[in-house]
Amino acid sequence: MIQEMTICHVKDLGLIDYEQAYVLQKQHVDEVLRGGPQTLLLCEHPPVLTLGRLADGKNLLIGGEELARRGVGVHPIDRGGDITLHAPGQLIVYPILDLAHFGKDLRRYLRQLEQVAIDLLGDFDIVANRFSGQTGVWVGPKKIASIGIGVRRWIAFHGLAVNVNTDLELFAMIRPCGLDVEMTSMAAVKKQEVCLQEVKEKMMGRFLKNFYLQRARD
Amino acid sequence: MKQVILPELGEGIEKATVACWHAAVGDRVAGDTDVVELVTDKATFSVPAEASGIIKEILVGEGGEAKVGEVLAIIEPQTGPQR
Repeated sequence: MIQEMTICHVKDLGLIDYEQAYVLQKQHVDEVLRGGPQTLLLCEHPPVLTLGRLADGKNLLIGGEELARRGVGVHPIDRGGDITLHAPGQLIVYPILDLAHFGKDLRRYLRQLEQVAIDLLGDFDIVANRFSGQTGVWVGPKKIASIGIGVRRWIAFHGLAVNVNTDLELFAMIRPCGLDVEMTSMAAVKKQEVCLQEVKEKMMGRFLKNFYLQRARD
Repeated sequence: MKQVILPELGEGIEKATVACWHAAVGDRVAGDTDVVELVTDKATFSVPAEASGIIKEILVGEGGEAKVGEVLAIIEPQTGPQR
């Protein structure tokens, strides 16, 4: 049986403020709701902390003044999960997808996002896995990719963050996802900086392949 | 009366937590308004009112857990001009 591939736009937003990217995500959700194209947004953010709906203030380990001094914003947002950090060197993927095409199943979608990260890391000879019922992707006992999504009328937003060259010391500000977990990055695993552009290209490829999407000609 | 029900969210997901209500008892809502945001695992899920009317009752408050199929709120349908 030949399944028809769904068209997906891919947009590389580069380094973009969290709020700006959030507005774009919402615009794309509205577009998909109106029957517009599904879109994969790729970007990096300047250092920023976001608090998911289940966030516990205790997981933010430094005070407001110190955050202001470091220029790190804090945003409570409408995704699942606890606190997380975004910073340059972390590749973020915001798939604005209509989950009606993918079985209307939140858990299945989370597992599919994990699989994209696992396959992507495999492309760089990094063996990554799921970890005892937790959402996310680990290399050994350390977490390398975080996932949190929002869904409206089965249109998904928010998504997946993979640490490529992220400054891991920044994670000392928080208990990531409310877990006592150590974070890692592709660079830490490879013991050398990894080309983010290459990771981006491979991410695009993996994502489109795993979700059986065809890239739109822009 | 129309009911706002916790929808099917996927295989193996039997319950969700009410993260927040976007409307209160007595509020008039349109059918396409998101009235409640649920959270389960690492996902939030917004549920629309489905019916236009007045929220008569909210049965599961913020932070409360509910099962798939459970009634979250009751809406008294209103027809005619809005406001």
